[in-house]
Amino acid sequence: MSEEQRSDVGDDIIVCRDVEKWFDDFHVLRGISITIRRGEVVVICGPSGSGKSTFIRTINRLEEHQKGDIIVDGIELSNDMRNIAAIRSEIGMVFQSFNLFPHLTVTQNITLAPMRVRKWPKAKAETSARALLDRVGIPEQADKYPGQLSGGQQQRVAIARALAMEPKIMLFDEPTSALDPEMIKEVLDVMRELAHSGMTMIVVTHEMGFAKEVCDRIVFFDDGQIVEQAPPDEFFANPREERTKLFLSQILTH
Amino acid sequence: MSEKAMNGASSRPPASAGLRQWLKKNLFSTWYDLLLTILAILFLYVVIRGIVTWVFTVADWSPIINSLKLFAVGLYPVEEIWRIGTILAIVSLLAGFSWGVWGGIVRTFAVAMGAGFILIASLPFDLYPSNADPLDLMLRLGFLLLPALILIGLLLGRKLRLPGRWILILWLLSFLLAMVLLTGIQGSAALPKVETTLWGGLLLTFLLAIVGIVASFPIGVLLALGRQSSLPVVKLFCTLFIEVVRGVPLVTILFMASIILPLFLPEQIRIDRVLRAMLGMTLFAAAYMAENVRGGLQAIPAGQYEAAKAVGFNNVQTTVYIVLPQALRAVIPAIVGQFIALFMDTTLAIIVGLMELLAVGKAVLQSNQEWLLLDKEVYLFVAVLFWVFTYSMSYASRRLEVALGVGER
Repeated sequence: MSEEQRSDVGDDIIVCRDVEKWFDDFHVLRGISITIRRGEVVVICGPSGSGKSTFIRTINRLEEHQKGDIIVDGIELSNDMRNIAAIRSEIGMVFQSFNLFPHLTVTQNITLAPMRVRKWPKAKAETSARALLDRVGIPEQADKYPGQLSGGQQQRVAIARALAMEPKIMLFDEPTSALDPEMIKEVLDVMRELAHSGMTMIVVTHEMGFAKEVCDRIVFFDDGQIVEQAPPDEFFANPREERTKLFLSQILTH
Repeated sequence: MSEKAMNGASSRPPASAGLRQWLKKNLFSTWYDLLLTILAILFLYVVIRGIVTWVFTVADWSPIINSLKLFAVGLYPVEEIWRIGTILAIVSLLAGFSWGVWGGIVRTFAVAMGAGFILIASLPFDLYPSNADPLDLMLRLGFLLLPALILIGLLLGRKLRLPGRWILILWLLSFLLAMVLLTGIQGSAALPKVETTLWGGLLLTFLLAIVGIVASFPIGVLLALGRQSSLPVVKLFCTLFIEVVRGVPLVTILFMASIILPLFLPEQIRIDRVLRAMLGMTLFAAAYMAENVRGGLQAIPAGQYEAAKAVGFNNVQTTVYIVLPQALRAVIPAIVGQFIALFMDTTLAIIVGLMELLAVGKAVLQSNQEWLLLDKEVYLFVAVLFWVFTYSMSYASRRLEVALGVGER
């Protein structure tokens, strides 16, 4: 497997070797091997049911893999709870359906984990929350509840909540799929800014415009396997595999 | 809300067009509506007139007027009644204090409490007939002092602004203090022991209900969490407990607690019978509470657990900060409904010989030959008392739902 050497990315931060997973009898992941370097932005695409969401969920152990190794920032993911907790606090995750805590205000959503997991004093957590809300462009929503915000605003709060833990890696699981078209841009803008700031990002998405413009590498999943991976210009201009061509023709011509 | 009003101001037609329109629309829109309205008014007139004339002319309220002390505290010794007064004073002070800090619902209740005390103080008959006048006057002054204490508490609360957690702790401490005051201390001269057999009336009803509610809530939550647990032994125990208790009538549990349990316990260990009834009611209520809470737990979407894990929470943190607050909020109506049921179930303590409110009513009827036929009056009085308290509880529940409903999806 040939991998791009880029000057702006560093050492390996995520290493997956032959990762396999079954849901009962259904073989979702069939030997996934991939290495992601510090500061890299990787977009994962593929047809639904291809295992791409399941794969990024194995990286912070929301799903358990049954075979193979996943090593995140030097720590191997095993059943050891301390390892899992250590890894989860290094990885931020943004979900398709936002999953904000509806009983807490926007600020409380962002400060809860730093205060309870990182043991930050309240003042520090709140200062950081204000800075993050500025960064995602909604400082005026700090005291509202998630139910009072639009989808795009909720997703930006979710990004701020993940960033509050100062993660080294951010996982995005179809972050714009549940949004109305006019709100997709505001979320992608935040993600674009994050990518430029040097964050390591793995993004499962169908937003090919975002992929073309922002990412370092596109990984194409089908049937629980990595079919093809390449830098975006190469991926869109000269897809090598038949399945990739078929997929691209379907999503680019609709 | 102001935004909405502003947006709607330009084109929105008037929403209601006065009383006459309302009457026409809701009561007299067709000939059969008219007929139904007239029949209903006639029916209400007959019923209400009947009740009012009965209450004010026919009914003889002397069993109640002459037994106020029995209804209030049962056979609790007169010379120790100051203890109950002290407890009422503490409760008033704390109620005012909570009003000062929390406002909202607590205000309504503190005001209602104060009004109730003033009403008692101004009743047009002797509060304690069989005794000399000074006691009656003291009681009245005492009841007038309580609203003043509420106000003092209010001022203190506004000034100190303690966090809510502290107030809960204060309430809990005052409850323990109240229990010590009520029971007294064995062999003490200043605070001699008052046997629980002497406790009765509203006092006992309240104690049974409050202990049942306060103790069954945490036990029920733990049982519900245990039933959801991934540890098989914990899960089995909790499921077994819940299903066994829910399959047995409360009467049976009370019988077991008060009659059968002592047979199994060694001679030296004797649990007080009020305590036994409290235990039985608590365990019974906890099993139902667990099922209510479980309903709330199951309503939490999987995404909430995932989001909590993803930000690095362990299982305990996820439960305490994310799952329980949402689950409990979702089942407030069910939980309060159960508290109300528990409050009314305290009357079952009559069958194990406790003198709660209903038992006092029965005893009062039999205490005097002339009162034997006045059961309508006595039972109506007891029913109205129960209604006042249960209605307050469901009113509080609705207010609480609104207060906590902010930001619900």
